[in-house]
Amino acid sequence: MDKCRCSVKIENLGVKRGNQIILKNVTLTANHAEIMALIGRNGAGKTTLLKSIIGSMEHTGNVKFFNSRGEKIDNPKIGYVPQRLSFDRNTPITVLDMFCTNSARLPIWLGHGKSRTQKAKESLKKVGAEQLINKPIGKLSGGELQRVLLSFALTPMPDILLLDEPVSAVDRKGISAFYNLVMSLRSEYHMPIILVSHDLGHVRKYATAYALIDHTIIETNKVINMLNSKNVQRTFGINISDGEI
Amino acid sequence: MDLIYSLMETLLPFSWVQFSFMKNALLAIIMIAPLFGLVGTMIVNNNMSFFSDALGHSALTGIAIGVMLGIDNYIISMMAFAAIFALGISMITQSGISSSDTIIGVFSSSGVALGIVILSMNGGFARYSNYLVGDILSITRNEIKVLAIVLLIVIVIWILSFNKLMLSSLNTDLALSKGINVRYYKNIFVLLIALIVTVSIKWVGMLIINSLLVLPAASARNIANNMRAYHIYSVLISLFSGVSGLILSYYIGTAAGATIVLISSVIFFITLFINLIHK
Repeated sequence: MDKCRCSVKIENLGVKRGNQIILKNVTLTANHAEIMALIGRNGAGKTTLLKSIIGSMEHTGNVKFFNSRGEKIDNPKIGYVPQRLSFDRNTPITVLDMFCTNSARLPIWLGHGKSRTQKAKESLKKVGAEQLINKPIGKLSGGELQRVLLSFALTPMPDILLLDEPVSAVDRKGISAFYNLVMSLRSEYHMPIILVSHDLGHVRKYATAYALIDHTIIETNKVINMLNSKNVQRTFGINISDGEI
Repeated sequence: MDLIYSLMETLLPFSWVQFSFMKNALLAIIMIAPLFGLVGTMIVNNNMSFFSDALGHSALTGIAIGVMLGIDNYIISMMAFAAIFALGISMITQSGISSSDTIIGVFSSSGVALGIVILSMNGGFARYSNYLVGDILSITRNEIKVLAIVLLIVIVIWILSFNKLMLSSLNTDLALSKGINVRYYKNIFVLLIALIVTVSIKWVGMLIINSLLVLPAASARNIANNMRAYHIYSVLISLFSGVSGLILSYYIGTAAGATIVLISSVIFFITLFINLIHK
């Protein structure tokens, strides 16, 4: 069987805000089944890079997407799981409502239709959240909400999955459940994953590669080499012999 | 129209049905109220009640410009000015220079002040005080037709863009990741608010138009658990307070718009109470 050649290539990306350079000369590739972790200190530009990929940040340079046959995709589908969905928790919108805002043309208050409901149910089932379908999203726990958002990000199947600190509002048990889910999904589907995380423990455990960012890419490598990197040690102020991680 | 009038006369068991101004007013309310209920939900979702309030205030400047240019029908100058006003606010807000409620506050008060200055120049501001409180009983047959056409346009655009707006209001980045042009849809939304506010302000009044937009949705939000219930409640509450407020104002001789708002406020507090004991 041919190897899957889907990937996302970031070429020479730069972002400026006023006179301030937030990112420059960022060149980075994430391939199929790879979980590329973006690490770096606060304000290094990790989230900005993610937003540039989504298209919510004006930038120079290119972001190119390629499908499993290695062909360029012009209108890529992006799956995005935000850090914390900032929304008004009193908004009466259910999980099913949210799924249908993206899949239905007619207003969701006119009804959902059987096939769309079924589809949403199947997507939720993959993350073990089908029982949440009629719950208002403002009433979900942190872990439940992230699972629902993951499922929403995967519907329809995206060409890339972006996770922005996806577990910052999740309790300990939920964190490993969430990452295990991502791990089990990643080989099943054809897409690269980019993960922003400040927790090197998570990165070491779940990512396959890392990119150290400080307004540009300082270095990229396989994740097993991460803790031996002088640059990583300096950025995070860690000393391996202390056994801090 | 004549058919509708005679239908109303046969169906409604009230003595006021013989007055055509009451029939016109009732028709206007039956058209405006549900739409206000629908659009109001999105205003509340986006925390934009201050914004729609400012749009109402901008109408005063719109009228003033109309007077200066010698346009007979102020609706055109009001709409044009409100559209520019709305896009201006949303552009500055999106650029993130200053906090949005400050910007809206500045726009809102300058809109009112400019309007009052121009209109009072000839010493005759009292002529325009109608626009402050509104007079639903003054609506004419032809105005109802114009209203119907505008509302139809709004409903069509609303139906086509609702889901995208909803996802955008939930989270901008999430909407962008799904390929939604958030800025485009937000602009459509503010223009729609500008349109319905200006087209109905003469009858509803600048001081209370925002309450009619916001209160039904805010009440529905207190008791709804999903989008469908949210919208059904909002439309029903809006329609109920509109119709009952008009009828009540006829019998007790009060201003119709304010009576409607009072009824909506009572409903709001009832739903708030229901929400409190449920939690």
